[in-house]
Amino acid sequence: MRVSFEVNGHEVTADNVWPGESLLYVLRERLGLPGSKNACEQGECGSCTVYLDGVTVCSCLVAAGQAQGRAVRTVEGLAESGDLAERRLSPVQEAFVEAGAVQCGFCTPGLLVQTDDLIERTVGQGGGVPDEAEIREHLAGNLCRCTGYEKIIDAVRLAAERTAAQRDGGGPA
Amino acid sequence: MASTSTRAPVGLSSVTRDGIGASPRRPDGTLKVTGEFAYSSDMWMEDMLWGATLRSPHPHAEILGIDVSGALRLPGVYAVLTHEDVPGEKRYGLEYRDQPVLAFGKVRYKGEPVAIVAADHPETARRALERIKVDYRVLEPVSDARRAALDPDCPLVHEEGSLPLHEEHNQRGNRVRYQPIRTGAFADGASVEEVRALADVVVTGEYEVGMQDQAFLGPESGLAVPAEDGGVDLYIATQWLHVDQRQIAPCLGLPADKVRLTLAGVGGAFGAREDLSMQIHACMLALHTGKPVKFVYNREESFFGHVHRHPATMRYEHGAKRDGTLVYATMEIVLDGGAYASATPAVVGVASSLGIGPYEVPHVSVDAYGVYTTNPPCGAMRGFGAVQACFGYESQMDRLAAELGMDPVDLRIKNAVSQGSRIITGQEIDMPMPMAEMLRRAREMPLPPDRSSLPAPSDPRTLPGGVANTSHGEGIVRGIGYGVGLKNLCFSEGFDDYSTARVRLEVVGGEPAVTVHTAAAEVGQGLVTVKGQIARTELGVERVTILPSDTRVGSAGSSSASRQSYMTGGAVKTACEAVRERVFALVRERGLVEDGHPDALLSLSGGKVVSAAEGVLISLADLLGGEAIEETREYHHRPTQMLDPSRGQGSSHTQFGMCVHRAVVDVDVELGLVKVVALDAVQDVGKVMHPQQLAGQIQGASAQGLGLALMEEIQVHDGVIRNPSFTDYLIPTILDTPPMRIDVLEHPDPHAPYGLRGAGEPPTLSSTPAIVAAVRNATGRPLTHAPVRPEDIVGIDPPQG
Repeated sequence: MRVSFEVNGHEVTADNVWPGESLLYVLRERLGLPGSKNACEQGECGSCTVYLDGVTVCSCLVAAGQAQGRAVRTVEGLAESGDLAERRLSPVQEAFVEAGAVQCGFCTPGLLVQTDDLIERTVGQGGGVPDEAEIREHLAGNLCRCTGYEKIIDAVRLAAERTAAQRDGGGPA
Repeated sequence: MASTSTRAPVGLSSVTRDGIGASPRRPDGTLKVTGEFAYSSDMWMEDMLWGATLRSPHPHAEILGIDVSGALRLPGVYAVLTHEDVPGEKRYGLEYRDQPVLAFGKVRYKGEPVAIVAADHPETARRALERIKVDYRVLEPVSDARRAALDPDCPLVHEEGSLPLHEEHNQRGNRVRYQPIRTGAFADGASVEEVRALADVVVTGEYEVGMQDQAFLGPESGLAVPAEDGGVDLYIATQWLHVDQRQIAPCLGLPADKVRLTLAGVGGAFGAREDLSMQIHACMLALHTGKPVKFVYNREESFFGHVHRHPATMRYEHGAKRDGTLVYATMEIVLDGGAYASATPAVVGVASSLGIGPYEVPHVSVDAYGVYTTNPPCGAMRGFGAVQACFGYESQMDRLAAELGMDPVDLRIKNAVSQGSRIITGQEIDMPMPMAEMLRRAREMPLPPDRSSLPAPSDPRTLPGGVANTSHGEGIVRGIGYGVGLKNLCFSEGFDDYSTARVRLEVVGGEPAVTVHTAAAEVGQGLVTVKGQIARTELGVERVTILPSDTRVGSAGSSSASRQSYMTGGAVKTACEAVRERVFALVRERGLVEDGHPDALLSLSGGKVVSAAEGVLISLADLLGGEAIEETREYHHRPTQMLDPSRGQGSSHTQFGMCVHRAVVDVDVELGLVKVVALDAVQDVGKVMHPQQLAGQIQGASAQGLGLALMEEIQVHDGVIRNPSFTDYLIPTILDTPPMRIDVLEHPDPHAPYGLRGAGEPPTLSSTPAIVAAVRNATGRPLTHAPVRPEDIVGIDPPQG
C-alpha cells in the first residue's frame, strides 16, 4: 500500500508498504530517518518516541497506515531546520550533550522528544521549570540502561531553565 | 571531586584545553542527539537482504533431520542455510571452541540457532523460518547446575570426547572449570571441623543470585557486505573487533585479512557483546547470495541472542573471634554456564579469587564450579563472577555483625584489606586500597531526611508503589545497608592483554591537528572522549580527530573488565609520547636547542614547543610545515599468572578496584514493595580522567546493581526463559532510581597510566548487597536471594509448580 504523511514539515510518501509495518519501520527503513530507535518494539522502552499530531507516541505501536495524512515529528526535526552545517541544536539537545546525559545514546532520541514535550507542557505553557518528581513521572516510559538517569535529570532541568530564561528574557539563554 | 589546574608555561597565554581531568563534550554527542549517529541497526544499503534465524524450540534435543525446501520455495527468499553450509570450522567460542555456528547433532538450549534465512523483507524472512521443518527427538534437559557440578551420574551436555579438555581448568564431565583455593590451615590439609575450633562465633549462609540480563537497548544487529576479493566487510556492534574476526574467519574458511570489521554504533554492551551473535550468520548469507545482508534481532530474540550473567548458588561459612576478627571462611559457589562455555572459565577465576572479598582472613577454603547445563548460555556481564560473590560475602558480613552485636561498618573496617594485604590467592595488593577510609566516608555522608520530618500526607511518588498509590505512608519502614566490593580490573590469569594506537600529528589549515586511530569499541562509556583528552594532554594540541574503530589497526582488546581507559588509554599515551619524541628530535635538528638539551625540559602546549627555561621555542605549525609524524604503539600491562589448579595460588590480577555503597530504602512491609531513597557511593579511581563521564559510569553501574537487588531476573524453568521481554523482565526506570551521590578518591596506582583505575565495574558489585542489606535492616527478613521478591519481604512461600 501507499502511505503519505508529513514528517518534520515535509510531505512524504512510502510505496509498497506491507500493512503489518509500523510507523517506526517506515521511518527507519523506507524514509531514511533512522533516528527513532528500535530497542524493544513493544512499547516498553520509549526509544522510538515521536510526535504524532503533537502527541508523543511509541512509533513501534503505531501501524504505518494510521499515520496517513497526519503530522509526525521525530528527533531529526528537533534541531532548527536549515543547512546541516549551520543548524543549531535545540535547547534540549544541547543540554543532553552538555550535561553528560548521553552515553550509548540509544535511548536519547526518545528521551529528547519526551523531554521536549515536558518542557512544552510546562515552560512552554507559561508554567515554571518542572521539579524532580514531575521530570521523573514524565520520563517514566523511557528506559535508559547506561546513565542511572541522574545526568538525564540534570539535562532536563538545564534545558527547561534555559527555555524559561529565553521566554522571560526574550533572547537566547 | 578533584579539579585539575595547570600553570601556564612562560610565554603562553593558555594551556591546552580539554585535556585529562576536564569534562569536554563527547565527540559523538552531537550526532547522537540529532539522530544521525549510525548504530549497527541503522545500516542500510539499496539492495540489501534481511537475515533471520530459526532457533531451537527445545532446551535439549537430538536433530534427526532438517528440511528447508518449503522455505526455499517462498518468493523473496534468497538463501536458507544450515550447518552443512558452514564453509569452515563448525564451532567457535571465546575461550573454548564449543559452540556450533548452526546446530548439528544436538541442540543444547532453547533458542540455539539451527538455520538462517535471507529474504527481501524481514517479514518474508520470518515466514520462511516457519516453513523450515526440523525433526527433533526431545531429550531430558540438564537444568540443575548443582547436580551438573557435583553428581557424577548427571547426564552430559556435551558427549564425552566430543571436545578437547582444558586440564588447567580441571575440566571434566559437565564441569567447564573447577577452581579450588586453599590457604592457611586448609592448605595444610586441615578439615573445616578443625579450623572451626579456632573461632568463637560461626555463621553460615546459603545465597542465590538470579540470572541477570545486560538489557542493552541497541539490539544485536549488523550488515555484512560481500567484497570483490571474495572476502566480506562487516559493520557490527561489538566489544572487541579482533576477537570477533578471530572467531569468524575460520568458520567462513577465510584468512583473517578477508574478514574486515568496522565498528558500527553500539547501543550499550555490558558484556553481552563479548560473544558472537549474528556475525558469522550475516557473513555466510552475504557470501552465499552476493548481496549485503542485515540482521536486527527484536527484543525477544535478543534474550536468546546473547549470554547472561551466571546465576549462582553459594554456601558460605565464616568464623570470627568475639572481637570481630575473622579467623576462617569457606565458600562453595556453583555458576550455571548453560549450554556453551563462553566466558565461564574466566568467571570462575574471578568468583574464586575474589570469593571472600576485601577482607583479611588467615584460613580460607574455596570451591568454585562453572558448569554446562541445557540452560541459556551465560558469560560476561559487568562485574562478572565478582558480582555474585559480593552478594554472598557481604550478606555474610552483615550476618556475622548481627551475631556479634557489632556495627556492620565497624566489622568491615576491623577486617579490611589495605595496601600490602594479600588476597586469598597470595597476591599482594600493591596499590593504594583505602577501604577503611572509604567506609568511614560512606557512613558520614549526609542521610536523606527522615520520613517523619516530611510533610503529611506523603506525595505517593516518594513512596514504595509510587503512582500506583498503594500507600499514603502507612506500613512503610526505612532501612540502611552497606556494601563493599573488590573487583579485578583488566584481563587476568596470564592473558597477554594489550591495546594498539596509531597517532598522527600534522598541520591542517595552518593549525596542528592530531588523528587517533584504534580498534577499541566505544560502547557508550566515553572512551572516544578520553582518547582525545589524552592526545591533547600529551601533544598540547586541541584539535584531535578520533577515527572510526576498525581492523585496519592492531587489536585494542575488549571493552570489558573496566580496562579501556587503562589499556587503550595507555596505548594512546605511549603512541603520543613516541610522536612527541620525534617532535623534540626535530627541534634539535633545527638547532632550536643545544645538543644534549634534555627532553624533560621540553613540552608541547597550546600548539607550541615550550622549553622550561626559555619559554616558547616554535609553533608546531612552523616546525612541521608539510611533514606528518605518525607512530603506532602497543601497550601491554604487567604480566599476570594462572591460578594453580589445586590450591588456587598466583598473582592472577593486574589491578584492583573498590567501591563502597550505602543504600537507604523505604519498604512497604505489607505489600513487599521497595523504594530506594538514596544510593550513595565512595570509589577510589586513582585518577579522574573525565569527572562527568566518571559520574555516569558510577551511577549507571549502581543502577544496574539496583536492578539485580530488586527486580531483574530471567525466569528459567526447565531450560525455558519465561520472561523474554521488557514487559516481563523489568529494568529500573527513572522512577525506580534514586538520587545517587558520589564521593571519588584519587589515590594513584603506580603501575597504571596516569595512576588511573578502571571505574566501570566496582559499583555494580557493591550496590546490590547494600540495597538488600537495607531491606533486611527494614524488615528483619534473611533475604538470601537476589533479586529480593515481594514474597520474600512479606514472608510468604512462592507458588509451587
